[in-house]
Amino acid sequence: MSPVEIGGPGVWGIIAALGVLTYLTRFVFLGIVGDRPLPGWLLRHLRYTGVAVLPGLVAPLIVWPAATGGETDPIRLIASAAALGVGVWRKDVVQAVVAGALVMGGLSWLNG
Amino acid sequence: MVRSPFRRGVAEGLPFLVIMVPFGALFGVLGVEAGLPIAQVMGFSVLVIAGASQFTAVQLMLDSVPAVIVVLSALAVNLRMAMYSAAMVPHIGAAPLWQRSLIAYFLVDQTYALSVSAYEDRVDWGIADKVAYFAGTALPVFPAWVGSTFVGAVLGARVPDEWALDFALPLAFLALVGPLLKTRAHVAAAFVSVVGALALVWVPWNLGLILAAILALMTGAEVERRTAARPVGTEQRT
Repeated sequence: MSPVEIGGPGVWGIIAALGVLTYLTRFVFLGIVGDRPLPGWLLRHLRYTGVAVLPGLVAPLIVWPAATGGETDPIRLIASAAALGVGVWRKDVVQAVVAGALVMGGLSWLNG
Repeated sequence: MVRSPFRRGVAEGLPFLVIMVPFGALFGVLGVEAGLPIAQVMGFSVLVIAGASQFTAVQLMLDSVPAVIVVLSALAVNLRMAMYSAAMVPHIGAAPLWQRSLIAYFLVDQTYALSVSAYEDRVDWGIADKVAYFAGTALPVFPAWVGSTFVGAVLGARVPDEWALDFALPLAFLALVGPLLKTRAHVAAAFVSVVGALALVWVPWNLGLILAAILALMTGAEVERRTAARPVGTEQRT
Protein backbone atom coordinates (compact mmCIF):
# COMPACT_ATOMS: atom_id res chain seq x y z
CA MET A 1 0.00 0.00 0.00
CA SER A 2 1.60 3.23 -1.14
CA PRO A 3 0.68 6.81 -0.26
CA VAL A 4 -1.32 8.95 -2.68
CA GLU A 5 0.44 11.59 -4.76
CA ILE A 6 -1.20 14.92 -3.90
CA GLY A 7 -2.87 16.33 -7.00
CA GLY A 8 -2.33 13.06 -8.91
CA PRO A 9 -5.00 10.74 -10.36
CA GLY A 10 -5.03 8.69 -7.14
CA VAL A 11 -6.80 11.58 -5.42
CA TRP A 12 -9.74 11.10 -7.80
CA GLY A 13 -9.89 7.50 -6.66
CA ILE A 14 -10.13 8.65 -3.05
CA ILE A 15 -12.79 11.24 -3.91
CA ALA A 16 -14.85 8.64 -5.81
CA ALA A 17 -14.54 5.96 -3.12
CA LEU A 18 -15.29 8.38 -0.28
CA GLY A 19 -18.16 9.94 -2.25
CA VAL A 20 -19.86 6.61 -2.98
CA LEU A 21 -19.32 5.19 0.52
CA THR A 22 -20.49 8.40 2.21
CA TYR A 23 -23.61 8.40 0.04
CA LEU A 24 -24.29 4.81 1.05
CA THR A 25 -23.99 5.67 4.77
CA ARG A 26 -26.63 8.37 4.22
CA PHE A 27 -28.83 6.09 2.15
CA VAL A 28 -28.61 2.87 4.15
CA PHE A 29 -31.57 3.36 6.50
CA LEU A 30 -33.64 5.86 4.50
CA GLY A 31 -33.43 3.82 1.32
CA ILE A 32 -33.60 0.29 2.62
CA VAL A 33 -35.72 0.47 5.78
CA GLY A 34 -38.24 2.85 4.23
CA ASP A 35 -41.50 2.99 6.16
CA ARG A 36 -41.13 -0.27 8.05
CA PRO A 37 -41.56 0.61 11.75
CA LEU A 38 -38.42 0.69 13.88
CA PRO A 39 -38.50 -0.80 17.41
CA GLY A 40 -39.01 1.59 20.32
CA TRP A 41 -35.63 0.97 21.93
CA LEU A 42 -33.89 1.89 18.68
CA LEU A 43 -35.92 5.08 18.28
CA ARG A 44 -35.04 6.02 21.86
CA HIS A 45 -31.35 5.74 21.00
CA LEU A 46 -31.68 7.58 17.69
CA ARG A 47 -33.15 10.65 19.40
CA TYR A 48 -29.66 11.30 20.79
CA THR A 49 -27.74 11.01 17.50
CA GLY A 50 -26.89 14.71 17.20
CA VAL A 51 -25.76 15.19 20.79
CA ALA A 52 -23.85 11.89 20.73
CA VAL A 53 -21.75 12.69 17.65
CA LEU A 54 -21.24 16.44 17.28
CA PRO A 55 -19.73 17.24 20.72
CA GLY A 56 -17.22 14.41 20.37
CA LEU A 57 -16.35 15.52 16.84
CA VAL A 58 -15.47 19.07 17.92
CA ALA A 59 -13.96 18.45 21.38
CA PRO A 60 -10.47 17.42 20.19
CA LEU A 61 -10.45 20.23 17.58
CA ILE A 62 -11.17 22.77 20.32
CA VAL A 63 -8.89 21.37 23.02
CA TRP A 64 -5.94 20.59 20.72
CA PRO A 65 -6.30 22.90 17.67
CA ALA A 66 -4.06 22.10 14.69
CA ALA A 67 -3.54 25.83 14.03
CA THR A 68 -1.59 26.18 17.30
CA GLY A 69 0.31 22.94 16.77
CA GLY A 70 -1.99 21.11 19.16
CA GLU A 71 -1.41 23.49 22.08
CA THR A 72 -4.54 24.41 24.05
CA ASP A 73 -5.53 28.00 23.26
CA PRO A 74 -7.57 29.92 25.90
CA ILE A 75 -9.06 32.19 23.22
CA ARG A 76 -10.50 29.25 21.32
CA LEU A 77 -11.83 27.75 24.57
CA ILE A 78 -13.60 30.99 25.54
CA ALA A 79 -15.02 31.46 22.03
CA SER A 80 -16.29 27.87 22.08
CA ALA A 81 -17.93 28.40 25.46
CA ALA A 82 -19.62 31.51 24.07
CA ALA A 83 -20.97 29.62 21.05
CA LEU A 84 -22.25 26.77 23.21
CA GLY A 85 -23.69 29.08 25.89
CA VAL A 86 -25.54 31.29 23.42
CA GLY A 87 -26.79 28.19 21.61
CA VAL A 88 -28.26 26.79 24.82
CA TRP A 89 -29.65 30.14 25.92
CA ARG A 90 -31.15 31.37 22.64
CA LYS A 91 -31.92 27.94 21.11
CA ASP A 92 -30.60 29.34 17.84
CA VAL A 93 -27.74 27.95 15.78
CA VAL A 94 -26.99 31.13 13.89
CA GLN A 95 -26.82 33.33 16.99
CA ALA A 96 -24.45 30.72 18.46
CA VAL A 97 -22.15 30.95 15.43
CA VAL A 98 -22.18 34.74 15.45
CA ALA A 99 -21.38 34.79 19.19
CA GLY A 100 -18.50 32.33 18.76
CA ALA A 101 -17.07 34.21 15.77
CA LEU A 102 -17.35 37.63 17.47
CA VAL A 103 -15.64 36.42 20.66
CA MET A 104 -12.93 34.65 18.64
CA GLY A 105 -12.36 37.71 16.46
CA GLY A 106 -12.53 40.19 19.34
CA LEU A 107 -10.15 38.34 21.65
CA SER A 108 -7.70 37.59 18.82
CA TRP A 109 -7.69 41.28 17.95
CA LEU A 110 -7.17 42.37 21.58
CA ASN A 111 -4.40 39.81 21.85
CA GLY A 112 -2.67 41.42 18.86
CA MET B 1 -48.16 34.23 9.10
CA VAL B 2 -48.71 30.82 7.51
CA ARG B 3 -45.85 29.74 5.25
CA SER B 4 -45.55 26.63 3.14
CA PRO B 5 -43.11 24.05 4.56
CA PHE B 6 -40.81 24.61 1.57
CA ARG B 7 -40.64 28.38 2.12
CA ARG B 8 -40.17 27.84 5.82
CA GLY B 9 -37.27 25.47 5.04
CA VAL B 10 -35.62 28.05 2.78
CA ALA B 11 -36.11 30.79 5.38
CA GLU B 12 -34.67 28.68 8.17
CA GLY B 13 -31.84 27.35 6.00
CA LEU B 14 -30.72 30.80 4.78
CA PRO B 15 -29.13 31.96 8.05
CA PHE B 16 -26.90 28.89 7.83
CA LEU B 17 -24.91 30.74 5.16
CA VAL B 18 -23.14 32.31 8.15
CA ILE B 19 -21.80 28.81 8.87
CA MET B 20 -21.46 27.23 5.44
CA VAL B 21 -19.55 30.10 3.83
CA PRO B 22 -16.55 30.23 6.22
CA PHE B 23 -16.56 26.43 6.54
CA GLY B 24 -16.53 25.86 2.77
CA ALA B 25 -13.98 28.63 2.24
CA LEU B 26 -11.72 27.01 4.83
CA PHE B 27 -11.80 23.72 2.95
CA GLY B 28 -11.05 25.49 -0.33
CA VAL B 29 -8.08 27.34 1.19
CA LEU B 30 -6.61 24.27 2.92
CA GLY B 31 -7.21 22.09 -0.13
CA VAL B 32 -5.16 24.24 -2.49
CA GLU B 33 -2.55 24.88 0.20
CA ALA B 34 -2.19 21.10 0.47
CA GLY B 35 -1.42 21.04 -3.26
CA LEU B 36 -4.72 19.87 -4.74
CA PRO B 37 -5.84 21.35 -8.06
CA ILE B 38 -9.11 23.31 -7.84
CA ALA B 39 -10.96 20.54 -9.73
CA GLN B 40 -10.13 18.01 -7.03
CA VAL B 41 -11.01 20.44 -4.23
CA MET B 42 -14.40 20.92 -5.90
CA GLY B 43 -14.71 17.18 -6.46
CA PHE B 44 -14.54 16.66 -2.71
CA SER B 45 -17.16 19.29 -1.90
CA VAL B 46 -19.62 18.20 -4.61
CA LEU B 47 -19.27 14.41 -4.39
CA VAL B 48 -18.52 13.89 -0.71
CA ILE B 49 -20.31 16.95 0.82
CA ALA B 50 -19.10 16.14 4.30
CA GLY B 51 -16.72 18.85 5.47
CA ALA B 52 -15.16 17.18 8.50
CA SER B 53 -14.31 14.02 6.55
CA GLN B 54 -12.87 16.07 3.69
CA PHE B 55 -10.48 17.78 6.10
CA THR B 56 -9.54 14.37 7.49
CA ALA B 57 -8.87 12.93 4.04
CA VAL B 58 -6.67 15.86 2.95
CA GLN B 59 -4.71 15.79 6.20
CA LEU B 60 -4.07 12.05 5.94
CA MET B 61 -2.96 12.35 2.30
CA LEU B 62 -0.45 15.00 3.42
CA ASP B 63 0.73 12.54 6.09
CA SER B 64 1.43 10.01 3.27
CA VAL B 65 -1.03 7.47 4.64
CA PRO B 66 -2.03 4.61 2.24
CA ALA B 67 -5.15 5.34 0.18
CA VAL B 68 -7.27 2.62 1.78
CA ILE B 69 -6.62 4.04 5.26
CA VAL B 70 -7.38 7.58 4.03
CA VAL B 71 -10.80 6.46 2.81
CA LEU B 72 -11.63 4.33 5.88
CA SER B 73 -10.58 7.02 8.37
CA ALA B 74 -12.55 9.73 6.58
CA LEU B 75 -15.50 7.36 6.33
CA ALA B 76 -15.42 6.77 10.08
CA VAL B 77 -16.03 10.50 10.58
CA ASN B 78 -19.09 10.08 8.34
CA LEU B 79 -20.63 7.08 10.07
CA ARG B 80 -22.79 9.59 11.97
CA MET B 81 -24.62 10.07 8.65
CA ALA B 82 -25.93 6.50 8.98
CA MET B 83 -27.36 7.49 12.35
CA TYR B 84 -28.93 10.57 10.75
CA SER B 85 -30.33 8.37 7.99
CA ALA B 86 -31.94 6.10 10.59
CA ALA B 87 -33.22 9.07 12.60
CA MET B 88 -35.01 10.40 9.47
CA VAL B 89 -36.82 7.09 8.84
CA PRO B 90 -39.72 7.62 11.29
CA HIS B 91 -40.41 11.01 9.64
CA ILE B 92 -39.98 10.50 5.89
CA GLY B 93 -39.54 6.74 5.48
CA ALA B 94 -42.84 6.60 3.58
CA ALA B 95 -41.74 9.08 0.87
CA PRO B 96 -41.12 7.72 -2.67
CA LEU B 97 -37.74 6.07 -3.21
CA TRP B 98 -36.47 8.73 -5.64
CA GLN B 99 -37.17 11.42 -3.04
CA ARG B 100 -35.42 9.44 -0.32
CA SER B 101 -32.47 8.89 -2.67
CA LEU B 102 -32.13 12.64 -3.24
CA ILE B 103 -32.61 13.41 0.45
CA ALA B 104 -29.78 10.98 1.24
CA TYR B 105 -27.46 12.99 -1.02
CA PHE B 106 -28.28 16.25 0.77
CA LEU B 107 -28.40 14.78 4.28
CA VAL B 108 -25.73 16.83 6.06
CA ASP B 109 -25.48 17.99 9.67
CA GLN B 110 -27.29 21.26 9.01
CA THR B 111 -30.21 19.94 6.96
CA TYR B 112 -30.59 17.04 9.39
CA ALA B 113 -30.56 19.21 12.52
CA LEU B 114 -33.01 21.73 11.04
CA SER B 115 -35.39 19.10 9.70
CA VAL B 116 -35.62 16.82 12.72
CA SER B 117 -36.12 19.83 14.98
CA ALA B 118 -38.93 21.12 12.72
CA TYR B 119 -40.53 17.66 12.43
CA GLU B 120 -40.65 17.31 16.21
CA ASP B 121 -42.32 20.72 16.52
CA ARG B 122 -44.77 20.28 13.61
CA VAL B 123 -46.44 16.94 14.26
CA ASP B 124 -49.30 18.01 11.95
CA TRP B 125 -47.07 17.87 8.85
CA GLY B 126 -47.63 15.07 6.32
CA ILE B 127 -44.89 13.28 4.39
CA ALA B 128 -45.02 15.73 1.46
CA ASP B 129 -44.73 18.70 3.86
CA LYS B 130 -41.71 17.14 5.54
CA VAL B 131 -39.98 16.43 2.23
CA ALA B 132 -40.73 19.98 1.06
CA TYR B 133 -39.25 21.43 4.26
CA PHE B 134 -36.08 19.36 3.80
CA ALA B 135 -35.76 20.50 0.16
CA GLY B 136 -36.15 24.08 1.37
CA THR B 137 -33.28 23.78 3.84
CA ALA B 138 -30.99 22.21 1.23
CA LEU B 139 -31.65 24.98 -1.31
CA PRO B 140 -29.45 27.62 0.37
CA VAL B 141 -27.12 25.26 2.27
CA PHE B 142 -25.74 23.18 -0.60
CA PRO B 143 -24.90 25.95 -3.12
CA ALA B 144 -23.32 27.96 -0.29
CA TRP B 145 -21.08 25.02 0.58
CA VAL B 146 -19.98 24.43 -3.03
CA GLY B 147 -19.69 28.13 -3.93
CA SER B 148 -17.65 29.05 -0.88
CA THR B 149 -15.33 26.08 -1.42
CA PHE B 150 -14.65 27.49 -4.89
CA VAL B 151 -14.02 31.02 -3.61
CA GLY B 152 -11.70 29.67 -0.91
CA ALA B 153 -9.80 27.57 -3.46
CA VAL B 154 -9.36 30.55 -5.78
CA LEU B 155 -8.26 32.93 -3.00
CA GLY B 156 -6.07 30.23 -1.45
CA ALA B 157 -3.18 31.49 0.62
CA ARG B 158 -4.30 35.10 0.25
CA VAL B 159 -6.63 34.62 3.24
CA PRO B 160 -4.64 36.03 6.20
CA ASP B 161 -3.82 33.70 9.10
CA GLU B 162 -4.99 36.33 11.62
CA TRP B 163 -8.59 35.62 10.57
CA ALA B 164 -8.25 32.29 12.40
CA LEU B 165 -10.42 30.74 9.68
CA ASP B 166 -9.52 27.30 11.10
CA PHE B 167 -11.98 27.99 13.94
CA ALA B 168 -14.80 27.79 11.37
CA LEU B 169 -14.53 23.99 11.44
CA PRO B 170 -15.27 23.36 15.15
CA LEU B 171 -17.60 26.37 15.31
CA ALA B 172 -19.79 25.04 12.49
CA PHE B 173 -20.52 21.90 14.51
CA LEU B 174 -20.43 23.38 18.01
CA ALA B 175 -23.16 25.87 17.15
CA LEU B 176 -25.50 22.98 16.33
CA VAL B 177 -25.06 21.47 19.80
CA GLY B 178 -26.54 24.15 22.09
CA PRO B 179 -30.07 24.08 20.63
CA LEU B 180 -30.05 20.25 20.74
CA LEU B 181 -29.57 20.19 24.53
CA LYS B 182 -33.30 19.96 25.24
CA THR B 183 -33.42 17.60 28.23
CA ARG B 184 -31.20 16.18 30.94
CA ALA B 185 -30.78 13.07 28.76
CA HIS B 186 -29.42 15.18 25.89
CA VAL B 187 -26.96 16.92 28.22
CA ALA B 188 -25.78 13.59 29.63
CA ALA B 189 -25.27 12.17 26.12
CA ALA B 190 -23.30 15.26 25.03
CA PHE B 191 -21.11 15.03 28.15
CA VAL B 192 -20.28 11.36 27.51
CA SER B 193 -19.58 12.20 23.86
CA VAL B 194 -16.99 14.85 24.79
CA VAL B 195 -15.28 12.82 27.52
CA GLY B 196 -15.31 9.68 25.38
CA ALA B 197 -13.91 11.39 22.28
CA LEU B 198 -11.10 13.06 24.25
CA ALA B 199 -10.23 9.85 26.12
CA LEU B 200 -10.33 7.71 22.95
CA VAL B 201 -8.49 10.12 20.66
CA TRP B 202 -5.61 7.59 20.47
CA VAL B 203 -7.80 4.95 18.77
CA PRO B 204 -6.70 4.70 15.10
CA TRP B 205 -8.85 5.47 12.05
CA ASN B 206 -11.07 7.92 13.98
CA LEU B 207 -12.93 4.99 15.46
CA GLY B 208 -12.63 6.60 18.90
CA LEU B 209 -15.33 9.07 17.83
CA ILE B 210 -17.66 6.27 16.80
CA LEU B 211 -17.11 4.41 20.09
CA ALA B 212 -17.72 7.62 22.05
CA ALA B 213 -20.89 8.27 20.04
CA ILE B 214 -22.27 4.79 20.75
CA LEU B 215 -21.58 5.20 24.48
CA ALA B 216 -23.29 8.60 24.35
CA LEU B 217 -26.36 7.20 22.52
CA MET B 218 -26.71 4.52 25.20
CA THR B 219 -26.35 7.14 27.94
CA GLY B 220 -29.04 9.37 26.44
CA ALA B 221 -31.45 6.47 25.98
CA GLU B 222 -30.83 5.16 29.50
CA VAL B 223 -31.30 8.56 31.17
CA GLU B 224 -34.52 9.02 29.19
CA ARG B 225 -35.77 5.59 30.27
CA ARG B 226 -35.08 6.36 33.95
CA THR B 227 -36.59 9.85 33.96
CA ALA B 228 -40.06 8.43 33.13
CA ALA B 229 -40.31 7.86 29.40
CA ARG B 230 -42.07 10.74 27.73
CA PRO B 231 -43.51 10.20 24.25
CA VAL B 232 -41.65 11.59 21.23
CA GLY B 233 -42.02 15.31 20.62
CA THR B 234 -43.15 16.24 24.13
CA GLU B 235 -39.72 16.58 25.70
CA GLN B 236 -39.63 19.32 28.25
CA ARG B 237 -38.33 22.51 26.68
CA THR B 238 -37.16 25.61 28.45
